Amino acid sequence: MKLKLKIWKQKNQTAEGKFHDYNVEADEHMSFLEMLDVLNEGLLENQQEPVAFDHDCREGICGTCSLVINGRPHGPMQGTTACQLHMRHFKDGDTITIEPWRANAFPIVKDLVTDRSAFDRIIQSGGFVSVNTGQAMDGNAIPIEKDVAGEAFEAATCIGCGACVAACPNGSAMLFTSAKINHLDLLPQGKVESSKRVVKMVEKMDEEGFGNCSNVGACHVECPKEIKLENIARMNRKYFAAKLSAK
Amino acid sequence: MKLHSNVPEGPLAEKWTEYKSKMNLVAPNNKRRISVIVVGTGLAGASAASTLAELGYNVKCYTFHDSPRRAHSIAAQGGINAAKNYQNDGDSVYRLFYDTIKGGDYRSREANVHRLAEVSTDIIDQCVAQGVPFAREYGGLLANRSFGGVQVSRTFYARGQTGQQLLIGAYQALERQISLGKVEMYNRHEMLDLVLVDGKARGIITRNLINGEIERHSAHCVVLATGGYGNVFYLSTNAMGSNVTAAWKAVKKGALMANPCFTQIHPTCIPVSGNYQSKLTLMSESLRNDGRVWVPKKLEDVKAIREGKKTGNDIPEVDRDYYLERRYPAFGNLVPRDVASRAAKTACDEGYGVNKTGLAVYLDFSSAIIRYGKTEAHSLGLHNPSEAKIKELGTKVVEAKYGNLFEMYEKITGENPYKLPMKIYPAVHYTMGGVWVDYNLQTNVPGLFSLGESNFSDHGANRLGASALMQGLADGYFVIPYTIGQFLSGEIRNDVPSTDLPAFAEAEKNVRDRINKFLSMKGGQSVESFHRRLGKIMWEYCGMSRNAEGLKKGRQMIRELRDEFYRDVFVPGTNEEYNPELEKANRVADFLELGEVMILDALDREESCGGHFREEYQTEEGEALRRDDVFTYVAAWEWDDEEPKVHKEELVYENVELKTRSYK
Ligand SMILES: Cc1cc2nc3c(=O)[nH]c(=O)nc-3n(C[C@H](O)[C@H](O)[C@H](O)COP(=O)(O)OP(=O)(O)OC[C@H]3O[C@@H](n4cnc5c(N)ncnc54)[C@H](O)[C@@H]3O)c2cc1C
Ligand code: SF4
Ligand code: FES
Repeated sequence: MKLKLKIWKQKNQTAEGKFHDYNVEADEHMSFLEMLDVLNEGLLENQQEPVAFDHDCREGICGTCSLVINGRPHGPMQGTTACQLHMRHFKDGDTITIEPWRANAFPIVKDLVTDRSAFDRIIQSGGFVSVNTGQAMDGNAIPIEKDVAGEAFEAATCIGCGACVAACPNGSAMLFTSAKINHLDLLPQGKVESSKRVVKMVEKMDEEGFGNCSNVGACHVECPKEIKLENIARMNRKYFAAKLSAK
Repeated sequence: MKLHSNVPEGPLAEKWTEYKSKMNLVAPNNKRRISVIVVGTGLAGASAASTLAELGYNVKCYTFHDSPRRAHSIAAQGGINAAKNYQNDGDSVYRLFYDTIKGGDYRSREANVHRLAEVSTDIIDQCVAQGVPFAREYGGLLANRSFGGVQVSRTFYARGQTGQQLLIGAYQALERQISLGKVEMYNRHEMLDLVLVDGKARGIITRNLINGEIERHSAHCVVLATGGYGNVFYLSTNAMGSNVTAAWKAVKKGALMANPCFTQIHPTCIPVSGNYQSKLTLMSESLRNDGRVWVPKKLEDVKAIREGKKTGNDIPEVDRDYYLERRYPAFGNLVPRDVASRAAKTACDEGYGVNKTGLAVYLDFSSAIIRYGKTEAHSLGLHNPSEAKIKELGTKVVEAKYGNLFEMYEKITGENPYKLPMKIYPAVHYTMGGVWVDYNLQTNVPGLFSLGESNFSDHGANRLGASALMQGLADGYFVIPYTIGQFLSGEIRNDVPSTDLPAFAEAEKNVRDRINKFLSMKGGQSVESFHRRLGKIMWEYCGMSRNAEGLKKGRQMIRELRDEFYRDVFVPGTNEEYNPELEKANRVADFLELGEVMILDALDREESCGGHFREEYQTEEGEALRRDDVFTYVAAWEWDDEEPKVHKEELVYENVELKTRSYK
């Protein structure tokens, strides 16, 4: 299949960026990133600069790939990262627009690559259980209800990709942050630090320049792991309760 | 060179406890003055960095990824072993030890493996305390499942995302230490050289991948936890960025590469679909519990399938060759990974491969669907259910067990595996070989340590499923925090070396020279194209089966390819920018040397064991022929541009008897 690509090119964080047009010949069995590999291979053959994009596992689990495809973070398929999207979902002759995540808190490194270290800093502010190695009791000492463990697991499947932020008109990181908070808060091991954690992480999120939540819900729609919106509501309840009891 | 394993004296089961109680310690006030470099933030690196920081050391930690959480460990699916015996099914530390030694085809060090089995139980406790959401039973206790090559149920898991959950746990512990100021974290920093001062590892040279700055970093010692080198084959189940550079730089500075030819080829991966293929996707080992592997008996059926005139479903039962069940009636589809992979290769070599390229076999769930369907119908009290009803019920059961894997398969191939048998083929998955380390996980270079998949220590010639995660976390949480003191207790009077020392300047210059060389070459071929060609050579001559003639030819081809690379590679852009092509060039250059050493190692080892199959050494039935009298040693390679040299560590078995593995 023959495709036209409109790809965002930007030399570095401060440079101006703009769209460039490319043509590429793809095969329906290729993954989307393999299609970009083919494009780059062709550019290199002509001693031209390839398009920079981030990726690693190509299995939908590391959270590195981060492309806005035709206006949608990770492209058109529900519950699918860009690396797991295959070209059979496109048609011969299609024009595809490819952009980086766009959010204040994620500056562009180059072309389609962004800096998402703000997420790490949110975790640093409290996204952990304060337990040193060697202090743990037996793993079966505290039984945890299967469904509760399951719910914690669901929240913990977030891959930290940032599509939720890119999807949100306000650039909010609520879905990511609430998923982490609820993962830990649902488990007895994480409950101990619950109030402190939620306050610190929410405040850090604001400080990093992520926007507010105005209940648009786009984050959940574009999230490749289908992290639930209820996480946000639960986090908000926790946050206000913690703030109230602190006063 | 004499290699000292430094295994402590005493009975096997008491060595570690005894050793720990007598080991040199570093007092808390001194720990505050000592700094440690940890390269890598996978399970091994993140667990080591966070634990060392908790103990009071000043840790500097590096990853080429944009966040520690993205290390390749994140992709592990199936689970992690531990000798908890929660199932009351006869598991014990000794049994885990024995299974690992046997599974490794008797080519690993007894004392290291026993220690691994001992600390395995602490890992689970630690992870639970961190909030790792392992799978649980209705009673609220931890669940287990079984993996290949063992008879107990000791694998802990978090659905198909165990690696992700364990890594997030270790990452959170690491982020906590970062917030406390005990770990200085360097994301998107790639180690490009190791620096020795007076013969000890004292620092590294890194490149900041965002702006190209070449930096010098010094410390009292250096810990490498930089993962495996499976990507030397170009196509593997490893993440795209996984590479050997850090380990290889250590080898260039005098460390040794142990058993580099021991590669694990995983039998169940999605086959290659075209020339553009960039990586291969694993389908978990657990599928072989219910999937039956087969190829058609008749070549005319094979032809019809390849031409798209027939599908697997059109081949009647009598015309199918369930070759694993036929050849290994005792273990059937659940033979170990190395055996299953070779059998698939044999079937395809004989012309029975079932896709266009001829490199695929079927993994078929139709029998399981019917079997489960009948049981379900029975338990629902349905008499004489229709075949459609049975299939419907059976499909539901299979979906509950393997749903996410089936979905992944369908996303990639576009075929529905509930309706058509899956097509699978073996792929490179894991490297048992790695940097040589002693019992302390220290290399032969004082002050240089290696953990996780980057070392060679515990899996011999074949790794059992769910044991890599266990080893990575054992090394990082429970071994290195103790053994590093043996070295550092001798360093308390020394300051962190200055990065102005000539050794740093020289290493930095080497890094810059190499980068400039790549950038100024302006050749005609991309880095990727060289990597792909290297992978083909490795797969052809040093892959699932090897012979002397092919290995010699492969070596020659690699040397020629390396020359060509340094004449004709094209790397665009400059050093002073984000430049993925330059990153790749640095990595592929090292793979081009490693590949040669792997081939030499495979040539040297004139026997077949575990993942290493030399065609000249097989039984009449085509099974691996181990030669314990000559080859019960670790082959540790010293690099040399002309003729790399091998050093040997004899393996002494005091506790287990060496036996031939049989799965018939
Ligand atoms: C698809 C798949 C599934 C698997 N499933 C299982 C399973 O179910 N059970 C199991 O036990 N094992 C499994 N394994 C194996 C297991 O995942 C790995 O062996 C293990 O995670 C390796 O961990 P590690 O910490 O040693 O290295 P990695 O996780 O590979 O981490 C390497 C780290 O080093 C850094 N690094 C490397 N080089 C440099 C450099 N030059 N400079 C700076 N940083 C560097 C990287 O950035 C990264 O942070 C699986 C493997 C694959 C491929
Ligand atoms: S919540 Fe979803 S979209 Fe947001 S970072 Fe996590 S996985 Fe990505
Ligand atoms: S590359 Fe890892 S999630 Fe896409």
